[in-house]
Amino acid sequence: MYFDLTDEQQAIKSTAKEFLASRYKSERIRALAESEHGFEDSDWREMAELGWPGLALPEEWGGQGLGIVDLAVLFEEMGYALAPSPLLSNTVAGLVLATVGDEAQRERWLAPLASGEKRGTIALFQAGSSATIGDFGMEAEQDGDGIVLNGTKVLVMDAASADFLVVATADGRRHLVERDAVGVTVTPEKSIDLTRRLYSVRFDGVRVAPEATLAGGQADYLPVLWRACTAIAAESTGIAQRTMEMAVEYAKDRQQFGRPIGAYQAVSHRCAQMLLETENSRSAVYGAAWAADAEPESLPLAASMAKAYASDAGWRVPDASIQVHGGIGFTWEHDLHFFLKRGKANAATFGTASWHRERVADLILA
Amino acid sequence: MDLSLSPSEREFRDEVRTWLEEHNPGPEPEGSLDEVIAYRREWQAKLHQAGWAGISWPKEYGGRGATLIEQAIFVGEAARAEAPSPANVLGLAMGGPVVIAHGTEAQKQRYLEPILTAEEIWCQGFSEPESGSDLASLKTKAVKDGDEWVVTGQKVWTTLAQFAKWCMLVARTDPDAPKHKGLTYFLMDMEQEGVEAKPLVQITGEGEFNEVFMEEARIPDENVVGGVGNGWSVAITTLMNERAGLAFGAIAQISNSLGRLGRLAKETRVNGHTAAEDPVIRQRIAQLQIEAETMRLNAYRGLTKTMQSGIPGPEGSLGKWQWADLNQRIAELALEIEGPYAALDRGAEHAVANGAWQYSFLRSRANSIEGGTTDILKNIIAERVLGLPRLR
Repeated sequence: MYFDLTDEQQAIKSTAKEFLASRYKSERIRALAESEHGFEDSDWREMAELGWPGLALPEEWGGQGLGIVDLAVLFEEMGYALAPSPLLSNTVAGLVLATVGDEAQRERWLAPLASGEKRGTIALFQAGSSATIGDFGMEAEQDGDGIVLNGTKVLVMDAASADFLVVATADGRRHLVERDAVGVTVTPEKSIDLTRRLYSVRFDGVRVAPEATLAGGQADYLPVLWRACTAIAAESTGIAQRTMEMAVEYAKDRQQFGRPIGAYQAVSHRCAQMLLETENSRSAVYGAAWAADAEPESLPLAASMAKAYASDAGWRVPDASIQVHGGIGFTWEHDLHFFLKRGKANAATFGTASWHRERVADLILA
Repeated sequence: MDLSLSPSEREFRDEVRTWLEEHNPGPEPEGSLDEVIAYRREWQAKLHQAGWAGISWPKEYGGRGATLIEQAIFVGEAARAEAPSPANVLGLAMGGPVVIAHGTEAQKQRYLEPILTAEEIWCQGFSEPESGSDLASLKTKAVKDGDEWVVTGQKVWTTLAQFAKWCMLVARTDPDAPKHKGLTYFLMDMEQEGVEAKPLVQITGEGEFNEVFMEEARIPDENVVGGVGNGWSVAITTLMNERAGLAFGAIAQISNSLGRLGRLAKETRVNGHTAAEDPVIRQRIAQLQIEAETMRLNAYRGLTKTMQSGIPGPEGSLGKWQWADLNQRIAELALEIEGPYAALDRGAEHAVANGAWQYSFLRSRANSIEGGTTDILKNIIAERVLGLPRLR
């Protein structure tokens, strides 16, 4: 029993912290929020040099072969820095290919993804569907030995800058489609989160050759979903940590009625609550990450617990931080709103808190 | 990172589990407190014979010298098996460790063995009617008279005082010193003329706690622990030990309660289905399970940290806060699931589960007060973990 990061994981953490703090200062995040794709290729190339796109992907396909705990360490720091980056969408696409792809598919799609040369993203939900896991819409219409896709997918992260999409169909299968394939149209959607781009993607008779369809059905993708949940929950934990620190610093500094406001219990107890939620979130995330690496049979429960808890903490802690800051916290000029928005968007992604709580209930009341 | 037990830890757990299966005498008698204490004394004697009393104490003082993780395993397994509490909880978790850390050799020889055997039960004389959370403001005074101290004052919330031989007493020995500096930690013999314990009836109708009145009670000078004027720092060690030692038992107890809550939900019908099928109830049960899991994982993270640094940190306050909150919410949800039957108390013919949840609901009100109120724990976290300024 040893519940702490190893020296190697500590090194990943400090490298990430240092790199991200130097790249993503407030002015830069604001500039990127206004840019077309929400990030710059130069940043992506540096992340690729650090090995991040393939961090938790197998070494034989050019990844670093590290585990989900290491991935959680990295994503906690991505959240802490509020790094605008396609790393999350790309990581999830990579995990799909690493888990379900065949040899040829991995050769063609996974290897360039792991090196950072190409980027992928996932397109799950049909416009107008409930957008809950499993309710994907979009029939896989048989066409000769391949299929044809018609319809519109929504809530697709980083689609405009991705090289390929992993598209889910109603039968639970996944298909690899190049973003510039004939019949694919990518349209930006306005996300509440200004630091991560969402798109809708229209498919007009897009042909998918048999070798671009992945082998598994919905059940085979669940292990990927639980890992994705763990990564995004780690990111939300980083958001909570950062905004708690901002609140504590402000409460030490800001004077009212002749004292720092942090001396008042209405404020200091709110900060204590923020610490409780942040630490709980972190424990749940690393519990799930460890399960992913070492005890896969307990991952479904652990991942749903982590995602449910971090979904709430990831926006409630920034929200409480805004309250501690008072009026300045409500201004566009202050950075807190970017964190609140990322936290809220994360809460809506890969299953909401109530969706995951229902899964927890299902597993424990069985 | 490794959240599983190592082979030797697993072996230890299996040993504990097997022993408990063979020796656990089962639930405590539902009789008077005297009967309950007699039952617990017998159980502790059994624990002691098998080397399970004082497992965290060094071997040279009759303990087992177990690692922190082994202690956590033992406490967790005992709670999981719903084994009785030992009779001398405060002596084992606080008194003994304090004597070991701050006591003289003579004190160690005199006091430790009877704590382990439960021959002598200990109680804790800290809180006073006018000094609860602000413990350092306490007024009970001890005045030197030759080689004795003469004690006058009143303590309150003193658990098991009516059965105790020894009281861990903090009293003011220097009224002119700043409030944290003028205190001394004594071991006071409860069996003497000048000491009287009177049970307080609590909202459950029971009397676990007492008022203790001291009227010129006498304590020999050799019963000072940690030196005159050092009472505050000795008392703080006691409280840290209390929080660290209780955490893993609390976790297993929460897990037992959640198991019972799940069964209650499955057995209770509401709106044409069971409460376990009701979407709102399911959300609430799941949330409690999730928070219980974060509490368990936090405790393991804290344990790893303590093993590295050697001392339990103020983060332990988070766990005690969370435990109190969870315990209360579990009982609240249980009463909600019971519906109108929630009004029936222990002893009522149609009470659900013999009124066990009504008792938990009432008893758990104290959880956010006893051993440091949740409000004070938040102050500790704000000041000592987050570094926020003090108002005082």
